[in-house]
Amino acid sequence: MADDPYKILGVKRDASAEEIRAAYRKLAKKHHPDLNPGNKHAEEKFKAASAAYELLGDAEKRGKYDRGEIDASGAERPPAQGWRQYAESGPGDRYAYSTGGMGGADFEDLFGNIFNQRPRGPAKGHDHHYSLEVGFLEAVSGATRRITLPDGGTLNVKIPPGTEAGDILRLRGKGDPGFNGGPAGDALIEVHVAPHKFYRRVGRNIHMDVPVSLKEAVLGGKVTIPTPAGEVAMTVRPGTESGTEMRLRGRGVPAHGKHAAGDLHVKLNVVVGPADEKLKEFLQSWEQPGFNPREGLK
Amino acid sequence: MITFESLHIAGLDEAELRTWIEASWVHTRGTKGAWQFDEVDVARIKLIHTLRHDLDIGEPAMPVVLSLLDQLYELRRNAARLNDALATLPPAARKAILERLEE
Repeated sequence: MADDPYKILGVKRDASAEEIRAAYRKLAKKHHPDLNPGNKHAEEKFKAASAAYELLGDAEKRGKYDRGEIDASGAERPPAQGWRQYAESGPGDRYAYSTGGMGGADFEDLFGNIFNQRPRGPAKGHDHHYSLEVGFLEAVSGATRRITLPDGGTLNVKIPPGTEAGDILRLRGKGDPGFNGGPAGDALIEVHVAPHKFYRRVGRNIHMDVPVSLKEAVLGGKVTIPTPAGEVAMTVRPGTESGTEMRLRGRGVPAHGKHAAGDLHVKLNVVVGPADEKLKEFLQSWEQPGFNPREGLK
Repeated sequence: MITFESLHIAGLDEAELRTWIEASWVHTRGTKGAWQFDEVDVARIKLIHTLRHDLDIGEPAMPVVLSLLDQLYELRRNAARLNDALATLPPAARKAILERLEE
């Protein structure tokens, strides 16, 4: 303690005992280590103020010091074990604020909040979520759709070939702006696919029922099939049963990316059509000896 | 265990200590007139004595001061526990947390 105790307390050399006491209290309130745990600067300040007050707060010692009989260092003493040594370790739980002195604090609550709510550096903006219904053939063959956003803006959405119901299309940077210079969020568009009048989608393949006439089924012939990519002539073999399935290779979902094209599965349904007198007349005299169409039901 | 007689705190008045105990500022294990204190309770008594008499904090302000102090030390105990828990993590995880804190 080489420093002048009067300067440390901030009082004049002729200060009264009451002034010295008040000055010490002011400093002690500000710097007491139990009120500033972990603050080395405050602890040093408090030590100095305590030492100065130890000297000047005692009329006899103050007189000796003023007369030069002792120097300031004679007054320095190590501070007693304070509250903080107990309060910062296990025994302090006895006076815990949140539990009335019984055991540990609600740790999860405390630090859960600190970690979750802590402001961060650059961060990506929030994503926006949209839902878009597209036609069956748009999803199969791909299309571009323009959607109108709630704020009046528009987004051009490229629907790639082979899009399936439930697919999420991501438009990078079309969400909210980023935080603190981070990248903007994305627009995420969930695709809903409207059902088609006669196509059904099974993964990469498309299924459809194609009606054929009795004549086409019995005699065979070329049948025109409307595939998603245009009309195709398909050969129906003579004697084709109703329910026969044929496959048109590569006529399903078109090839895209790494995916090969799917197939078009055609199920032929024989349709008799309106009653025909000549056909009735013929069938009345026609037999199929030995043929029972319900053989398999026996 | 420490009794009132063995406290040896200069200027501590038994009647005043009784009001602190009744206000639950100080916890004690014994019964009225035969108090027994742990070391942590003695430190607590010294703290309150310092606050009341050295720092001249008035009695009406004491519940606020003690409540704030208890909250401060609870935070520091939890921060120390967190620190201990972090010290057990692999170096890469600790580094990642420090970097995140410095962001």
